[in-house]
Amino acid sequence: MDIGLRESILAIITCNPAKVSGGGCPVFLAQDQEEMEKTSLLLARILGGMVHDLENDVFIIVRH
Amino acid sequence: MDNYLIVIVCGIVAGFLARWITLRSDYRHYPTYPHGQLVHLAVGFIAASLGAVAVPAIMKPDFVAVTFLVLAAQQFRDIRNMERETLTRLEETKLIRRGTDYIEGIARVFEARNYLVIITALITSLVVYRWGWPFAFIAGPICIFLSTLLMSGQRLGDIAEVVPGKVHFQGSLLMVEDVIIMNVALPQTKEKILKEGMGVLIKPKNDDARLTLDAPGQRQAIIHDVVSILGSKVDIAEPDLMPLARKQVDKGYLGLFIVANEPDLDYLMEIIRKVPVLESARGTALKSYFGRKAAD
Repeated sequence: MDIGLRESILAIITCNPAKVSGGGCPVFLAQDQEEMEKTSLLLARILGGMVHDLENDVFIIVRH
Repeated sequence: MDNYLIVIVCGIVAGFLARWITLRSDYRHYPTYPHGQLVHLAVGFIAASLGAVAVPAIMKPDFVAVTFLVLAAQQFRDIRNMERETLTRLEETKLIRRGTDYIEGIARVFEARNYLVIITALITSLVVYRWGWPFAFIAGPICIFLSTLLMSGQRLGDIAEVVPGKVHFQGSLLMVEDVIIMNVALPQTKEKILKEGMGVLIKPKNDDARLTLDAPGQRQAIIHDVVSILGSKVDIAEPDLMPLARKQVDKGYLGLFIVANEPDLDYLMEIIRKVPVLESARGTALKSYFGRKAAD
């Protein structure tokens, strides 16, 4: 059976650390937009989630 | 005795044929296997026998037998449970699910078809008993024809208009015309969606249709039917290209988005028009007094 976190943020990827602060979720810092996209793609594939864009330099990964 | 034999055989043959004709393995992908079909043909045969035996039992007259026949007919309720259970189990391993509404609909149809078989067998054997066996060739086909005719429900094309919609992005939001579908972040995904994605608007013709399209079960059924024919590029743990149907909340129509293996917009629209309207999702607002008043 498939058990896992659903409909919750699994990871946050950002190149602007000021936009996020601590919480129950891992935050991955990236140097620039390009690294952010690459990291989030890899993370999404690993976690089986989907990358969403908050349009403020923050990407989140959510499994639906 | 010979007379009864002919009556029963005619009834069984007509009933069995009815089950065979209504057992179609088509886009619903069920039942696909010879084993699954055999189960239904066997149960259909039993149903046909029940219906065929009823007339001679009454004419004999053997009312105890008739009572037992009624009891036996109860068994066909299990067909629905069996179908529901099988299909629900299979759901767990599906990338694109049918949804419980669709499963419930299919299960109900399978149960109902057995009752149709009983009625077909009953009427045919009654006709044969009364007028002789050549009349089986008239009564049987008529019954079969009527049961296929009566059991074909509405299709989405009857209640809604299906028109092409433009897939585009507003910032990170994926839209089909003015319907928001989902948030997409990665530029590669966006590019792929713009290149290969197809969008369709499903516009309800009246208030009943709007309620029908509102039901998530009905939307899931649409997506399942589309994907089972055109395919989709969703994979395990890669939900980015998941086909979705979302509502334009103000205007009530649906926007459907899909990245299919066979990107053919015309057939996509044709498939959507052929999707059955699910009984459990069917809106009936216009049947009520206030519904009609509120609609104008």
